[in-house]
Amino acid sequence: MTGSLALIWPVVTAAFLASLVEAVEALTIVLAVATVRGWRPAGLGAIAGLGALALIVVALGPLLDRVPLHLLQLVIGVLLLLFGMRWLRKAILRSAGVIPLRDEATAFAAETAELREQARRNEARLDWIGGVTTFKAVLLEGLEVVFIVIALGSGRGKLVPASVGAVAACLLVAAVGLIVHRPLARVPENTLKFAVGIMLSAFGVFWTGEGLGVDWPGADLAIVGFAAAFLAVSGAAVVLARRPKAEVLS
Amino acid sequence: MTALTNVLRELAGLFVDDGALALTIIAIVALAGMVAMLMPGVPLAAGAILLFGCLAALLSSVARSDRR
Repeated sequence: MTGSLALIWPVVTAAFLASLVEAVEALTIVLAVATVRGWRPAGLGAIAGLGALALIVVALGPLLDRVPLHLLQLVIGVLLLLFGMRWLRKAILRSAGVIPLRDEATAFAAETAELREQARRNEARLDWIGGVTTFKAVLLEGLEVVFIVIALGSGRGKLVPASVGAVAACLLVAAVGLIVHRPLARVPENTLKFAVGIMLSAFGVFWTGEGLGVDWPGADLAIVGFAAAFLAVSGAAVVLARRPKAEVLS
Repeated sequence: MTALTNVLRELAGLFVDDGALALTIIAIVALAGMVAMLMPGVPLAAGAILLFGCLAALLSSVARSDRR
């Protein structure tokens, strides 16, 4: 029981932080389309993306109950390892200065420049292009959020806390985006990705082990130990790979 | 069709960035699975392979990217 309760906050926090990163990335693209073509195509594309996402969740969600628990834990665990360690690797390389940090303001400028170039080439179709751009952004970033919620929540019946964390993050980003009308460049995205990469990787080791029949010492609390191990190794990796700013690859 | 291919490619990209890292993770899980099957009396052996294998794979992937 203690272990089960102890798992709720890590699940909510991981879902919230991971969804925050995805929502910020989606918001940057929606704002870029809104800046170039106005809120109508941007909003319609985003709403269509959310609708498609809802359809996918409604259609595929009930299938989760039909999958045997050990198989579900194994599949979700492996996907979490692939997803989490990909984030963690990138965050380490960014922290060490091996690759540049993601900058929402730069991403926003690149997206608006590309849309303007498309406008120059084909003005008539641009509303359509803008709508499709926001549709794709919301759908893809949304699918990542849905995956994170399922991955963190389905193994031990924590879908509701994971969903609460994800929805809270998306609503927060949408509200702040509507108020400031600018990309959220001040969000420390790499720090968030670093933290979430550690948490997702720790959950990935835990679920994969459970799927293979490993009886972890301390049950759910073992996740905390895994997270500490990933944090220590990631910190060491940043120090070992760190290089002067002038050497950062563009 | 192209749009669908692009979406599928982007979905695959969610899980695979460094192909070698992804393959190493799959290999570690397969090895841990074999150990769990062959040594059911020592389940923690599979767990140790999984945890330390993933940590080593992460370090190795970062070192490889750093050398490039």
